[in-house]
Amino acid sequence: MPSHRQILRALLPAVALTTVAVVLASGARDPLPASALAPPPAVAPDGSEATVSRLDAALAERWRAAGIEPAGRADDLEVLRRAWLGLAGTIPSVEEIRRFEADGDPGRLGRWIALVLADRRSADHLARRLAHALVGDAAGQVIVFRRDRFTDWLAARLLANDPFDRTVTAMVAHGGLWTEAPEVNFVTQAMADGTLDANVLAGRVARVLLGQRIDCAQCHDHPFAPITQRQYEGLAACFGQVRVTGLGVEDDPARVLSIDLPAPADGGAAAMAPKSRKVPPRVPYGDDWQAERRTHRENLAAWLVDPRNRRFHRAVVNRAWAIVYGRGLHEPLDDLPDPPADPDPRDPLDLLAEDFREHGCDLRRLLSILARARPFHLSSRHPLRAEPDGATRLDAAWGAFPVTPLGPDVMIAALVQATSLRTIDRDSHLLTRTIRFFREVDFLRDYGPTEDANGDRQPATIPQTLVRMNGRLARELVEANPFTAPGRIAGLAADDEQRLDLAFLTVLTRHPSPEERSATRSLITAAPDRGGGMQDLFWALTNSVEFGWNH
Amino acid sequence: MHRKSLFLPRRRWCHVAPLGLSFAVPALPARAAARRGGERPRALVSIWLAGGPSQLESFDPHPGTPIGGPTAAIATRLPGALVAADYPRVADVLDRFTVVRSLVSREGDHERGSHAVRTGYRPDPNLVHPALGAIVARAVPSPGLELPAFVALGNDPFPSRGGYLGATLDPYRVTVPGRAGENMVPHVAADRQARRLGALDALSRSFAAGREATVERTLDDHTRREALTLMESEQLAAFSVADEPEAVRTAYGDSVFGRGCLVARRLVEAGVRSVDVTLAGFDTHADNFSGQNARARVLDPALAALVTDLEGRDLLDSTAVVVVGEFGRTPAINPLDGRDHWPHGFSCLLAGAGFARGQLVGATDPRGESRTPSDPIDVADFAATVLAAVGVDSAEEVTTPIGRPMKLGAGRPVGRLLREPS
Repeated sequence: MPSHRQILRALLPAVALTTVAVVLASGARDPLPASALAPPPAVAPDGSEATVSRLDAALAERWRAAGIEPAGRADDLEVLRRAWLGLAGTIPSVEEIRRFEADGDPGRLGRWIALVLADRRSADHLARRLAHALVGDAAGQVIVFRRDRFTDWLAARLLANDPFDRTVTAMVAHGGLWTEAPEVNFVTQAMADGTLDANVLAGRVARVLLGQRIDCAQCHDHPFAPITQRQYEGLAACFGQVRVTGLGVEDDPARVLSIDLPAPADGGAAAMAPKSRKVPPRVPYGDDWQAERRTHRENLAAWLVDPRNRRFHRAVVNRAWAIVYGRGLHEPLDDLPDPPADPDPRDPLDLLAEDFREHGCDLRRLLSILARARPFHLSSRHPLRAEPDGATRLDAAWGAFPVTPLGPDVMIAALVQATSLRTIDRDSHLLTRTIRFFREVDFLRDYGPTEDANGDRQPATIPQTLVRMNGRLARELVEANPFTAPGRIAGLAADDEQRLDLAFLTVLTRHPSPEERSATRSLITAAPDRGGGMQDLFWALTNSVEFGWNH
Repeated sequence: MHRKSLFLPRRRWCHVAPLGLSFAVPALPARAAARRGGERPRALVSIWLAGGPSQLESFDPHPGTPIGGPTAAIATRLPGALVAADYPRVADVLDRFTVVRSLVSREGDHERGSHAVRTGYRPDPNLVHPALGAIVARAVPSPGLELPAFVALGNDPFPSRGGYLGATLDPYRVTVPGRAGENMVPHVAADRQARRLGALDALSRSFAAGREATVERTLDDHTRREALTLMESEQLAAFSVADEPEAVRTAYGDSVFGRGCLVARRLVEAGVRSVDVTLAGFDTHADNFSGQNARARVLDPALAALVTDLEGRDLLDSTAVVVVGEFGRTPAINPLDGRDHWPHGFSCLLAGAGFARGQLVGATDPRGESRTPSDPIDVADFAATVLAAVGVDSAEEVTTPIGRPMKLGAGRPVGRLLREPS
């Protein structure tokens, strides 16, 4: 198979022609047009404001109980950056920042959050986050497992704001071919050497869709939680009818999951002993639940999204919170406490789970509530952050916005956007999107993962820091040329003060303080040429902790 | 948040002997030279044959049988062991190795098979097990080392991971070995670099205001200082082969992989604990014989030179060399003249450190009728044996970040593969 470099080489003539056209076109345009500054349209009230208020009240109660004064309100631009990072996996472009700044309405953030959530970039980002949890990062069995199709399918569902319970039902219960019915890739992720490992699917369902870490029950009864090995096997057996053939995924009513039994120690009895036992399907935590759907998978899917299965709604809320805020209300994400007998309206998790359940598993509504709640608008600065214990106490009570590392996919998307004045999205020029694609592939290969199988993110390692400081991509992105922000700002801004301002806005989504101006001005003035100076400035900004962490 | 650094505190070498003068002149720092042979801290060099090397075209040929294909075999210095005729230099040093011809895995997919052989565990969607290299880098200290303790050389489709031991134990990856370390060199002159770093410091201070303890936890400043230290380290010379004599470079072969093996030796000399060197291209579903032959021409000189070089520098007794891929290839030859994936009986070579020398273990059916080789060694036991050879107890139980107790190895060391059975 040709490598992507070979493909790129083959495309060179077309790329060269396109480049000339882009240069001519871009040279004729103002890099920062003041056009299209119309604010986003107003958002019709949908009743979610009441849930936001209840959530704010529940969190205020936490602050009181913890004896914590919450942080002050964050600057609107800071919140705008968070909204793009959390909901769309990138930072806003200068174009978008200008449009936001031109919107003088004090209630603008709500409208802008709705705008971000309706953007294709948001659907793509959320799909990547969810796919990471639902099908992992392993390449899988190439022919029958297509992660790209699954992620695109999820993105399309999210963009259409399909109810999430239907999305879950489709991926757990549907059949078909992995290319034509991409949801079945949830099932085919478990294919290994031509056989389906139902335990993989049982683990995914338990962790991601129920927020329960019960995998250890695969081999023995759970030491702490009330789940037995038989119950775990019952969950796995819900996938026991699955047959994967060249025609796709289907359910064979005659198939039953069977488990190999260890040979008995007594050699004489070994010949008589059964070698395996059949496992009846059983939905987890739903012993009283009865259903007569066509297949075991349909039964399982129906139970998972049943309003009585509160674990599902709580698990989705906790994961959504982690996507928006960088860490979950409960950590680890997949080890939630058992739900109380009745939902606790003072518990943010229950409160949000009830809203999610009552409003048709509307994921966009949930994400919007989270981004409009007060903690999302708090500064990440706080006097308690002066010492470690205080910072821990503050984070536990959500008394300030958390400071969390960007994942590698978000890091590269933000880097590419930070070095372009124009918005990078699916409407960008084909050449821009092609370059971005290859840059992302290279960066992700060199940078490697920053999160483990459970989604826990770690600070950057030394090799990752070296990639950001000295990597080829980092060098190319901050080069001052007619296509990059450093080059365009160097050539077109009126003076060094404007250059500084635009550079900070482009990379950090904020204006520089007077102290920062004086600390960074010399980068431009001492450089042998203006382009080199802007290159140095962009290097410093994109390597800063402020850029690499959401805050 | 506590994080164990990959890099131990900076300490300049004061008595560094010139590196790489010849096979006969050990280029060891004085502190290392104070101890000899097996007394030195152990290291692991994994020669990773990505794609699934054919055992029948390498270390387990069956010439003249229905499954043997056109591959000829030659005698070796290890009594009773034949290798494919494409490996004359390895044949000449095979007495330094133990040859296992009966590795057994349950994973016939490249990614899953790589995980199984490299970690000893079957893939678990909820837990990434650490590679053997990461376990060794964590377990064997290397005082004075400024380089990463675990380095991966070459383009590996499924690279080793630190897994639940943490991303700091992911290998530092160099895709084109032989050049100065990738990403180690700033792209601007010293004065510009100083201005950049000065601005970066100012930005860090500005961001830390009101977030002091939280920013401290990001380890951003600490990690950058470590990275800058690494960029200035004299030990970086270990990544380059420029000062190696022509004869040495020629012995390893004029290939990226050959340079990788030479760099691996230099890294081990510098105190790096684990090195993966990858040679890809063994996935010969079509045209198996010329494909495997092409790989052999690269692997044969490099591997023979590596073992000879390590031995000549008195490093073989402290350095485990493991040569293996994710699985082998089918005894049957398919219509495209290829061989497909075969995890049911494949080969590996083991040399140095605590491995036994000159053992020939297991045999596959020359007629290809039996799936199970004689004296099968499960990859879990193989992994535990590798750990034992570098002095790591695979039964050690560590707690994963989510509080799950896990043994470092899923299997048990195989005594007959070890010099001193554990």
